[in-house]
Amino acid sequence: MTELIINDLHVGVEDTEILKGVNLTIKTGEVHAIMGPNGTGKSTLAYALMGHPKFEVEKGEVLLDGENILDLDPDERAHKGLFLAFQYPVAVPGVSVANFLRTAVNAKRKANNPEDEGISIPAFRKMLREKMELLELETSFAGRYLNEGFSGGEKKRVEILQMAALDPTFAILDETDSGLDIDALQTVADGVNKLRSDQQGTLMITHYQRVLNYIKPDFVHVMLDGRIVESGGPELAKRLEEEGYAWVREKNAG
Amino acid sequence: MARKQRVKEIKLTDEDLPINGESSSIWKEYKNKCWDVYQNLPYPSSTDDEAWRRTSLRSLQLDRFQLPNGQAGQSERETIMADYFGVSDAGSRGGQATLTPQEVNLTLSPEWVEQGVIFTDLKSAAEEHPELVDQVLGRIITPEDGKFAALTGAFAEQGIFLYVPKGVRIEKPIYGLTWAPGASVAHLSHLVIYLDEGASLKYLHESTSPQDITEQALAGENWEIYVGPGANLEFVEFQTFGTHMWSFAHKKAQVDRDGKINWVMASLGSHLSKHFSTYDLVGEGAEGQISGLYFGHGEQHQTFNTQQNHLAPHTYSDLLYKGVLTGSSRSVWRGMIYVSPGSQYIDGYQANRNMILSDDARADSIPGLEIQNDDVRCTHGSTVGKVDPDQLFYLQARGIPLEEAKRLIVYGFFEDVMKRIPFQEVKDNLSKEIRQKLESLPKNGK
Repeated sequence: MTELIINDLHVGVEDTEILKGVNLTIKTGEVHAIMGPNGTGKSTLAYALMGHPKFEVEKGEVLLDGENILDLDPDERAHKGLFLAFQYPVAVPGVSVANFLRTAVNAKRKANNPEDEGISIPAFRKMLREKMELLELETSFAGRYLNEGFSGGEKKRVEILQMAALDPTFAILDETDSGLDIDALQTVADGVNKLRSDQQGTLMITHYQRVLNYIKPDFVHVMLDGRIVESGGPELAKRLEEEGYAWVREKNAG
Repeated sequence: MARKQRVKEIKLTDEDLPINGESSSIWKEYKNKCWDVYQNLPYPSSTDDEAWRRTSLRSLQLDRFQLPNGQAGQSERETIMADYFGVSDAGSRGGQATLTPQEVNLTLSPEWVEQGVIFTDLKSAAEEHPELVDQVLGRIITPEDGKFAALTGAFAEQGIFLYVPKGVRIEKPIYGLTWAPGASVAHLSHLVIYLDEGASLKYLHESTSPQDITEQALAGENWEIYVGPGANLEFVEFQTFGTHMWSFAHKKAQVDRDGKINWVMASLGSHLSKHFSTYDLVGEGAEGQISGLYFGHGEQHQTFNTQQNHLAPHTYSDLLYKGVLTGSSRSVWRGMIYVSPGSQYIDGYQANRNMILSDDARADSIPGLEIQNDDVRCTHGSTVGKVDPDQLFYLQARGIPLEEAKRLIVYGFFEDVMKRIPFQEVKDNLSKEIRQKLESLPKNGK
């Protein structure tokens, strides 16, 4: 069992403090959901955990397996087992999904074992084919340029494909449900559920309760104004769906 | 009024013209004509000549240059052959040619000789096949096209003539190599390709030199290409000169009725390159596609003047040039689509995209259209931009280190031009060269 521990995390963008002391511990095998209205800092948390240069950590620490990862570059964090499924996956023209994923898989292997000579092409193809079947992606996707001309649903499925291929210890899913119709959401959720394991911890960031009907969380947290203000089980999500955030705001006012 | 002398003249006289008593009359006439024009043309000036506006020849020490006079030794030639031709299976080629200061060495598979393909050095071709050579030599590129076209036309002794007869389709590619060794040398060469009606050819030409010379040297290249009715040419040029070289080239193809050219240029080397690439679509239904890939580092300066001339109705042209600039390198692309009066039903496209990897690098991109007609569809676009930080973060978040992420983005950027190269071997070499250039960059990208 491994832990991801976020301690008193303060993060700002261009002199504006957005995260004002976030505390959260996630263990492998657990699925946590962070909910909250727009503009409360959910995506900032995701980016800051992954190390986006735009987001400045002002205070606090993030421990992965006991090691503070905040001084590491994003690629080094990925090598330690952190993964971020992007809300808005970026298109990289001219770089095929297969070429990109093989580069990523090999970079991780190499980082964890400098002697590693990389995954063989047949082994990679086999792995990729299996993961693509799991996510109901046609094999032609492997040859398409990364996220270029992909529909919203395709982008999100390819994010999960990457998660499957890289097999992270902790995965952050940033609004993976946004922009998906019910069918696409079902497919993506099925993929995430199939990948759930005792070896992986998941942090789902979402605006809507809807996705939690498909991916059942063990813990639900509410974020307001840069802090986690409420934590509970799945029943907390239900209450939010029925009553909205007003009661949380009231409770935390003043 | 005395004209301003901005460039020191190369010291050549009519004694240096590669003609003698045995030369054929068309060769002599052509050389003499070029020499006449050469003497009457001023050196191009970045203030007076629009086409040269962003390219300065001030530090070019032309007065120090000599013609090469056979400088490459036998042992050097063997190295060249091993480096450039030895790596791959000779059986996969239809023929090959090496131009060195010493000689023009050509081989052609017997099956093509039997079918009447002519592959010989240009000077001998002018003697042995004057009726064919005369149809192309000096007719597609004229000495009036520019000072360097005239210089090369007059003094180039080395050259290739490649003729593919009617209906002959050469499936295996033919390879040509220009090898330009030594310092203070002007390497001048002339390539003539003539595809008769319905012929087809894949041709690759690499122009290169030693990489470790510090004193200047010069390459002047005239390439004249005729693609006959219904003929099809796939033409790839690959320039990897050392950074001491000043490279001047006039390259022009004339494409006749229903003929097609797919032309790809990759330019990685030289200190300065000034290349004029033109195709004239002279017959109905002619199609031209031209693609360029360039990568500048250090203080390289590369300029490309492209011209897509629609001189007949129902012609199609497409241009895509893409460049990556690092260090304090500079590129200039000036493109022009010209549609002549009376040439209706035209499709013409041009796009130039540049990626800047350092603060001091610069790319200028100047598209142009000149349309004397109504019924045409022409578009042009040009962009100059940096690597997208969101792309970098995305790739890094997947575990790909920054430098490798940049490399992947650069490869991706070049991919649509790469796809237009019909030879896998060239793609592999090109990827290798690009990788080396990227790996030699300091870590901060400067």
